[in-house]
Amino acid sequence: MLAPGSSGDGDAADNVSGLKTLLRMLSGSARDLVPIVVVIAFFQGVVLRQPFPNLASALVGLVCVLLGLALFVRGLELGLFPLGESMAHAFARKGSLGWLLTFSLALGMGTTIAEPALIAIANEAAEVAALAGAIADDEAARDRYALGLRLTVALAVGVAIVIGVFRILSGWPIHLMIAGGYLLVVVTTAFAPKEIIGIAYDSGGVTTSTITVPLVTALGVGLASSIEGRNPVSDGFGLIAFASLTPIIFVLVYGILT
Amino acid sequence: MPSLANLLEVFGETLRDVVPIVAILALFQLLVLRRPLPNPKRLVEGFACVLAGLVLFLLGLEYAVFPVGKTMAAQFTAPDFLGVDAAAMQGEAAAGSYFWIYAFAFAIGFSTTIAEPALIAVALKAEELSAGAIRAWGLRIAVAIGVAMGISLGAYRIVIGAPLHYFITAGYLVVVVQTLFAPKLIVPLAYDSGGVTTSTVTVPLVAALGLGLAESIPGRSPLVDGFGLIAFASLFPMMTVMAYAQSSQWRASRNRARANTAGSAPEEDPT
Repeated sequence: MLAPGSSGDGDAADNVSGLKTLLRMLSGSARDLVPIVVVIAFFQGVVLRQPFPNLASALVGLVCVLLGLALFVRGLELGLFPLGESMAHAFARKGSLGWLLTFSLALGMGTTIAEPALIAIANEAAEVAALAGAIADDEAARDRYALGLRLTVALAVGVAIVIGVFRILSGWPIHLMIAGGYLLVVVTTAFAPKEIIGIAYDSGGVTTSTITVPLVTALGVGLASSIEGRNPVSDGFGLIAFASLTPIIFVLVYGILT
Repeated sequence: MPSLANLLEVFGETLRDVVPIVAILALFQLLVLRRPLPNPKRLVEGFACVLAGLVLFLLGLEYAVFPVGKTMAAQFTAPDFLGVDAAAMQGEAAAGSYFWIYAFAFAIGFSTTIAEPALIAVALKAEELSAGAIRAWGLRIAVAIGVAMGISLGAYRIVIGAPLHYFITAGYLVVVVQTLFAPKLIVPLAYDSGGVTTSTVTVPLVAALGLGLAESIPGRSPLVDGFGLIAFASLFPMMTVMAYAQSSQWRASRNRARANTAGSAPEEDPT
């Protein structure tokens, strides 16, 4: 145990470095936003030359996005990422296939449910579906639709991670599996109602984002580096390729069933 | 402006969204791996940051990113801006008059991708692994052009109202053929480049642009035509990255062939 004084000092130092890191993250997310703001400002000022409606509200929202993204990523780095990565490595080494696959399924689903871009897109899709009369136009129906969509995508990503982990263990060729998956997409599309096709195809790109990519890559890299004869780089990335493919199929099927 | 009730609602929903992943990690750690949670204080701090960050981010999307995307789409397609009367804006004949929408889509796609931190890291890694055959800058430009082309072409599809799956299926076919000829090292990287590079801010903005376009162009329905831009943005980088890898491989082998002929010619001369 440290003396109380020194532990207090440690805390203070910790807080200062925490603040510094937060500032660094803030400038990081500002850098993400700068290209968007510059392009929009250029087109507004030079091409459209129109007054921008609700400028104040948009600026407040922009600050919210900036702060929110910085806090979100900082929080992930503080808590979830170190824990998730150490667990992914532990499960990869543990050797129990059953627990490894259960963990993969749970990890894929849990990270996808919390994925910010997916939350936003699902809400938007529900609103559009309600306006078009595909579902009832009340809040309960919209929430149900958005949640159903997100659970479908989450299940798809969970299944994708399980398949991907299985592939790393068995060494099946990734090209054939991906090509087979795309074939399945084309076949399923033929039976799906056309209202769902756009949302389904988009959901593939949306799922693999801020939370899912680092945690899932950690699982893939941990697994590939604990098995001999596997390349950590290509196998770690292979998981993401599956996670962008299965949501398309699952959402198309969701559209056929509902 | 966000009201307090709105804030509380978003907060409640966000709590519901973040709890599962935390519960999953905690349960597996305690019950299956049977280890204590490391550094619980930091974990709680991190959880609070994630929660607050996500609430702010979602509110910001609702008040800034979505309205901006839709407003820009509406302004670019307004008959006043295009200088034509509304009746002339029907059908495929009008597709050419939406030039600025394609330019805007291209600029947004290119600028956000070239600055994407995840892509910068991957590009450096690829340069290192390929011993310089793939240049980090070349790869970043290839991905950025892919995303920009994808979003532009996606906007064109919304304007003409063609079925999304024709384009995407044709795109996949091109990708499959390219995979047969591309250097093996680049294939997994190319497959991932689409999904990874469409970042958390770009996705909602691009989605809003598509929905706004489908709302403002006569004869288009947001539900059927509005989605799909993200699918285009994920597909095209696969093509441009493999094309870039093929071209750099081709250039490298041509240089080698040239060096070989130059090097062996003097040796053969005396005999």
